[in-house]
Amino acid sequence: MNFAFSEEQEQLRDAVRKFMEAKSPSAEVRRLMETTDGYDAAVWAQMANELGLQSLAIPEEYGGQGYTFIELGIVLEEMGRVLLCAPYFSTVCLAANAILNAGTDAQKAELLPGIAGGETIAALAFTEPNGKWDASGITMEASGSGDAYTLSGTKMFVIDGHIANTIVVVARQAGTSGEDGIGFFVVDADAAGLTRTALATMDQTRKQARLDFDGVAATPLGEVGAGWPALSKTLDQAAVAIANESIGGAQRCLEMAVEYAKVRVQFGRPIGSFQAIKHKCADMLLEVESGKSAAYYAAWAAAEDNEELPVVASLAKAYVSDAYFHSAAENIQIHGGIGFTWEHDAHLYFKRAKSSEILLGDATYHRELLAQRIGI
Amino acid sequence: MDFSDSPAEAAFRDEVRTWLSEHLTGEFAALGGRGGPADETGWEVRREWEKILGADRWVGIAWPEEYNGRDASIVEQAIFHEEYAKAGAPARVSFFGELLFAPTLIAFGTEEQKRRFLPKIQSVEELWCQGYSEPNAGSDLSNVATRAELDGDQWVVNGQKVWTTHAHNAQWCFAVVRTDPDAPAHKGLSYLLVPMDQPGVTVRPLRQMTGSEEFNEVFFDDARTDRDLVVGDVNDGWKIAMATLGFERGTAFLSQQFMFKEEWNEIANIARKTGASDDEHIRQGLAQSYIGVQIMKYNGLRMLSGLVRKGTLGPESSISKLYWSTWHRNLGELAMAVLGAQGLVTAGEPDGPYLLDELHRIFMFSRAETIYAGASEIQRNIVGERALGLPREPR
Repeated sequence: MNFAFSEEQEQLRDAVRKFMEAKSPSAEVRRLMETTDGYDAAVWAQMANELGLQSLAIPEEYGGQGYTFIELGIVLEEMGRVLLCAPYFSTVCLAANAILNAGTDAQKAELLPGIAGGETIAALAFTEPNGKWDASGITMEASGSGDAYTLSGTKMFVIDGHIANTIVVVARQAGTSGEDGIGFFVVDADAAGLTRTALATMDQTRKQARLDFDGVAATPLGEVGAGWPALSKTLDQAAVAIANESIGGAQRCLEMAVEYAKVRVQFGRPIGSFQAIKHKCADMLLEVESGKSAAYYAAWAAAEDNEELPVVASLAKAYVSDAYFHSAAENIQIHGGIGFTWEHDAHLYFKRAKSSEILLGDATYHRELLAQRIGI
Repeated sequence: MDFSDSPAEAAFRDEVRTWLSEHLTGEFAALGGRGGPADETGWEVRREWEKILGADRWVGIAWPEEYNGRDASIVEQAIFHEEYAKAGAPARVSFFGELLFAPTLIAFGTEEQKRRFLPKIQSVEELWCQGYSEPNAGSDLSNVATRAELDGDQWVVNGQKVWTTHAHNAQWCFAVVRTDPDAPAHKGLSYLLVPMDQPGVTVRPLRQMTGSEEFNEVFFDDARTDRDLVVGDVNDGWKIAMATLGFERGTAFLSQQFMFKEEWNEIANIARKTGASDDEHIRQGLAQSYIGVQIMKYNGLRMLSGLVRKGTLGPESSISKLYWSTWHRNLGELAMAVLGAQGLVTAGEPDGPYLLDELHRIFMFSRAETIYAGASEIQRNIVGERALGLPREPR
């Protein structure tokens, strides 16, 4: 029994942190968040070529390095710490895992090397205007048979859907409901009948799109109709991923708040010497450290792909969502007026915390899911 | 990172399970894990049980082998506590001796003191109480006024301690006393071992909001103890007292998360049985509480792994007391929500003593837990100042 990162994993963290601090300072985040694409293609290429981040957790037979979710969690935490603007979560955590979970060996061999090499940006289109995160939210119907299907309908809140080259779409067979009849499909970004519209996002550091499908040609990924287990697993893995990313941001908020509380003087002393502020910081530390324990444990369960994954995925998503938002909100409060300005970075984390909380279902949603999963 | 047992750990787990299944029978099993470190439920049965544990060296498993311990690794200790709680074995009576005083003694005591006291802790012949708090020294512990003065080969102790858990059951007290009245607050204190069974010691029980009487006032009126029963140097007691508090806030309570999990199971079962679990707020509460107790386990494992790797507890360990006491208090409130109207009545008789059932006890007793062993507000100061490096308040 051992709950510590290995030397090699700590070295990975150091390398990724150095890269992120160099490539994603506040000024870069602010530059990219004002663009529609929302990422820097050169940095994306460096991530692939210099650090191999896109290929990290993809199996070796598909062009990856075959590391696990533990290493992926470390990378995500460091990305979340600096609010990296890049289609990493969409491509690596959502689309690549969907392909791994749903695709045939031949499809994995076709689709994953491009992701691993950083050439492909991919998106997973599963949410719709109804805003639901479970099977009942999937209403888009797929018609066709064999290898030839067409999709019509609308997907919403598709992370990086407007810049992806490859889009994995979740739809259902006509006449099915709930967890029955779910299928994955691969759609080319340039396919006829597909209209992609970038959305104005509350959190500008993570871009989303609306995708309108009008008889778009789609290739089934795996067996049409039997997709729910693969989707459920993909969503669990994504929840673990976003929890690890979020805890990096929460830690940064704590650091910003503590640094400021040490230097800001009021009533003749640093505000951090007042218990009103000190106790807020202590509570933030408690939640951030506890969130790390949850996120790391969940990453381990995802790496092992064991039977604990569904429970700990919801556990980590629920706890870390709350912890990040609380940490980001208290950071603003501790900074006072300056924390409310556009100029200060506090709002960027506050907005990321809220968007990450909502994506994949908020804490209340995941507590209910957890209750069901533990037999309550 | 790997949460499965190594072959050696699995063998140790098997040894613990086998021993428990052979010994945890009859009235010991019937107690069903009831009670807590500061809770007197089933006291005499628990004490008898613990003697059986001690005879096979399950009391003091962390101690070095030269003191008849098992020199159990941190992981083995965690395994033992986990299996112990899962088996529903009784809450321990020698908490203060085994988990607070003994580690302090092993770290700072003389060889003679260790040989004198450790065997009797293990055999459960001598129970200990902690003489820290006083009427004017609560959160501000350095304000203790109880004095000890040398009279030949003995210390003569005068003063009053309060909130002394199980003083009425204890044979010995490890007390923080003032031995140099002219020194500043933190200086001039000593860590003195005082026998409780003597004319100069009076124990007066305090009836708590629970209706029970686990806490006490202890009066020292010319109480006596031998000159060599100071742990550490005379007037250097603050350091020793803080070391004990370090054990108390760090590792001593690690075992109780497993008992907490059993309490959560019990509450969840009641909710399922009564249908309370159909209510969405109860569902949220049960899930939140489950998340909390699981994270308590993960936090503990992370802390222990850091301890194994670096040899010292990291700053994250300072959150543990604040974390578990707050979680348990919330569990108590959840228990009352699950009980609903049933929470209006207790297990007692209308004309009998005030008698709480188990869920009421969690609800009530947890109010003490955010106060004793350093109130939550003190814990937040510690976290803020030591882990985060925030400036101290001007004093």
